[in-house]
Amino acid sequence: MAYTLKLRIWRGDKDGGEIKDYPVEVSEGEVVLDAIHRVQGTQAGDLAVRWNCKAGKCGSCSAEVNGKPRLMCMCRLSDFEEDETITVTPMRTFPVIRDLVTDVSFNYEKAKELPYAKLPPRDADGKRRMAQVDVERGQEFRKCIECFLCQNTCHVVRDHEENKPAFAGPRFFLRYAELDMHPLDTHDRRELAQGAAGLGMCNITKCCTEVCPEGIKITDNAIIPMKERVADKKFDPLVWLGSKIGIRDKDREGRTEV
Amino acid sequence: MTGNALDGDAAGGMERHTYDVVVVGAGGAGLRAAIAAHDAGAKVAVVCKSLLGKAHTVMAEGGIAAAMGNRWPEDNWEVHFRDTMRGGKMLNNWRMAQLHAQEAPERVMELEDWGALFDRTDDGLISQRDFGGHKYARLAHVGDRTGLEMIRTLQQRTVELGIDVFMECTVTDLFKDGDAIAGCFAYWRESGRFIVFDAPTVILATGGIGKSFKVTSNSWEYTGDGHALAMRAGASLINMEFIQFHPTGMVWPPSVKGLLVTESVRGDGGILKNSEGKRFMFDYIPDFFKAETADTVEEADAWYEDKKNNRRPPELLPRDEVARAINSEIKAGRGTPHGGIYLDIASRRTPEFIKKRLPSMYHQFKELADVDITSEPMEIGPTCHYVMGGVEVNADTQESSVTGLYAVGECSGGMHGSNRLGGNSLGDLLVFGKRAGDAATAYANGLGANRPKVSDADVAAAQASALAPFEVEGGENPYSIQTDLQQSMNDLVGIIRDGSELEQSLVAIEGFKERAKTMKVEGHRQYNPGWHLAIDLRNMLIVSESIAKAALARQESRGGHTRNDYPKTDPVWGTKNLVVTLNAAGTGVDLAEKPLPVMPEELTKYFDAAAKPEEGKN
Repeated sequence: MAYTLKLRIWRGDKDGGEIKDYPVEVSEGEVVLDAIHRVQGTQAGDLAVRWNCKAGKCGSCSAEVNGKPRLMCMCRLSDFEEDETITVTPMRTFPVIRDLVTDVSFNYEKAKELPYAKLPPRDADGKRRMAQVDVERGQEFRKCIECFLCQNTCHVVRDHEENKPAFAGPRFFLRYAELDMHPLDTHDRRELAQGAAGLGMCNITKCCTEVCPEGIKITDNAIIPMKERVADKKFDPLVWLGSKIGIRDKDREGRTEV
Repeated sequence: MTGNALDGDAAGGMERHTYDVVVVGAGGAGLRAAIAAHDAGAKVAVVCKSLLGKAHTVMAEGGIAAAMGNRWPEDNWEVHFRDTMRGGKMLNNWRMAQLHAQEAPERVMELEDWGALFDRTDDGLISQRDFGGHKYARLAHVGDRTGLEMIRTLQQRTVELGIDVFMECTVTDLFKDGDAIAGCFAYWRESGRFIVFDAPTVILATGGIGKSFKVTSNSWEYTGDGHALAMRAGASLINMEFIQFHPTGMVWPPSVKGLLVTESVRGDGGILKNSEGKRFMFDYIPDFFKAETADTVEEADAWYEDKKNNRRPPELLPRDEVARAINSEIKAGRGTPHGGIYLDIASRRTPEFIKKRLPSMYHQFKELADVDITSEPMEIGPTCHYVMGGVEVNADTQESSVTGLYAVGECSGGMHGSNRLGGNSLGDLLVFGKRAGDAATAYANGLGANRPKVSDADVAAAQASALAPFEVEGGENPYSIQTDLQQSMNDLVGIIRDGSELEQSLVAIEGFKERAKTMKVEGHRQYNPGWHLAIDLRNMLIVSESIAKAALARQESRGGHTRNDYPKTDPVWGTKNLVVTLNAAGTGVDLAEKPLPVMPEELTKYFDAAAKPEEGKN
């Protein structure tokens, strides 16, 4: 089953680089990351690649395989023809550090701008109560492994450096949606999602959903409903009237704007 | 890449930072320690080898063991304490096991305060699931991705509190002033530049040592850094002979060999079968657990619904027992085509149930092995998963024998004795992470202006040591030494050990040490994995030697240490720990025996005579 894979890897740093050929022996059941590791161990000891669990759980080994944003550990060689050339390049949206490693600090900066969950005090017996059905509502979003492939593929920032300051990206819209669905959280982040995070810049092309290795329906289940909730607050005349004459918005009960 | 804008071109070519507490490692233990130290008023830095949120905690699946009593009101810390001690075959540090059992429930509730969402009971309380060795359903969980929920919660809390995080930054040396910690030395992976931390306390939270073995569930980071840093600073390690081989790792395809299959599969009804279709665990129930284990299929199956009137299925014996049984079946020729054993939940639960309770496992097998676990059995086999041994610490403060040096989580030793129960690691991280953060802050605050100082000579020596692999002419590539070490440890210091093989392994390790003296790295200092491995390999070698030496000395079988030539559990060995330290020349390890701390009478009452492992089949 072993064969020589025609593997090409981008080598270089912030000053530039090139795609180089690394023909490498591979065998049945292997993934792209196995091939990269074999190149590292036998041909290019200093080949820079970021990885941790090699099981699709940590989201470290994000790169572009034949131009498609993928986790290298979940990208099976059996999905390619044996004579097919596989080209691996770093994620394009983030500045290159070296070879396949990019500077993803954009995401960590955006994470700091988000007000986290703030729960009311516990019940009298020191415990909290939530219904399983309410807990489950946001679980899909909490599966996110922070591989940042959605951030990488999102056209709002992929080739538009100028949009980065005003746009948090799909990963963080997911966080907004997840916190909005937390059964006990007391924050209302709708203004923030629209304003500081730039939710309105997303024009729902679903590119993020397509590349999510966890299969999270980012656009349909997180972004669009979040947009709707923002729109309700800003533009729905009934909601506006209700808030003017003091009728409570039951969906928002217990939440205060941050 | 720090996310804290602390990097950049520091004056003098070397960055220098001053903190009260430096935490090495950003898994559950490290982050919990950092949060505790911050809350206690310390200026804290977290230094981690990977990006924030990628640490191995993310891989934990099953849950956090905590006697909250949400499902079984009968459950309490005493029962949890007893289960932990018995799981560890009574070799645990009793005080750590006690503190863990007492404090885990509140540590879980804190996670919920910070936004974690656990699965619920019908009453809306945190759900608790069954796991091997735990008398009651006790593991707080979120599906089978509890570790991810835990690390996100702690990560987000860390960011929210504004704690400085040095990401992709590796600590290579600890500094001392006299007998006390003065700081540590690190390099940025991104740039290869060096950093000196001036800090009177360092909390090691670096995880385990699995990367010294070929088949492991551990990621590349698990190179025993904390174990080795502590030894080089003069601290001691205990229980290093005890390695947990998780019974269920994937065996196929080869690229994922060793990858963990959660114990929850068995907790939720999965059973083990050999190639003849036999549910073989009934043949492997040890005397020590006979009284509490079902001996018929009927009773075992009834237990899932009625725990009061039935005993636990043998598939849920502690991990060491199950791993040995699987190993025996495979050796006897009753293995699967890929050299494993079948783990079957497909024939026992509905596809809906499986997908809901075990979504990550469903995804993992579907994506990586083309196996649909709702319709076919999984092929599994033992995989190196966890090291029970680690830095010897004070049970209450987690301080090592070196003043100002603390160790928490997997890199500390004592809590789990000779075998860890599933679910007790996440609890361990939280309980002792908090304790270490509190204790380190109290010590740092008490120093006033009299802080230990880092000497210039030590900094120069640390730098020279880190750069040494670049100076070598014509040496060997570190990857090939690592591969040979992993194969050797797997073959000679694995799940079943033998005196002569352990002796061979020590000879082999001497050979690797010799080869490592002249290992060479190519390229430059900027994000160079070859260089990083060369530095980590030194730690792997010293830790491997510690394991092999201790394993050779312990002439009995107990928990995560099984000797072919000494198959019985020996009560004399049950009274002592093995302690390893770096030898005077700094080139190898010294071994000593140390009596086990004596359990006070108010706790011994939880163990009847039958609980003490008597001479007999382990």
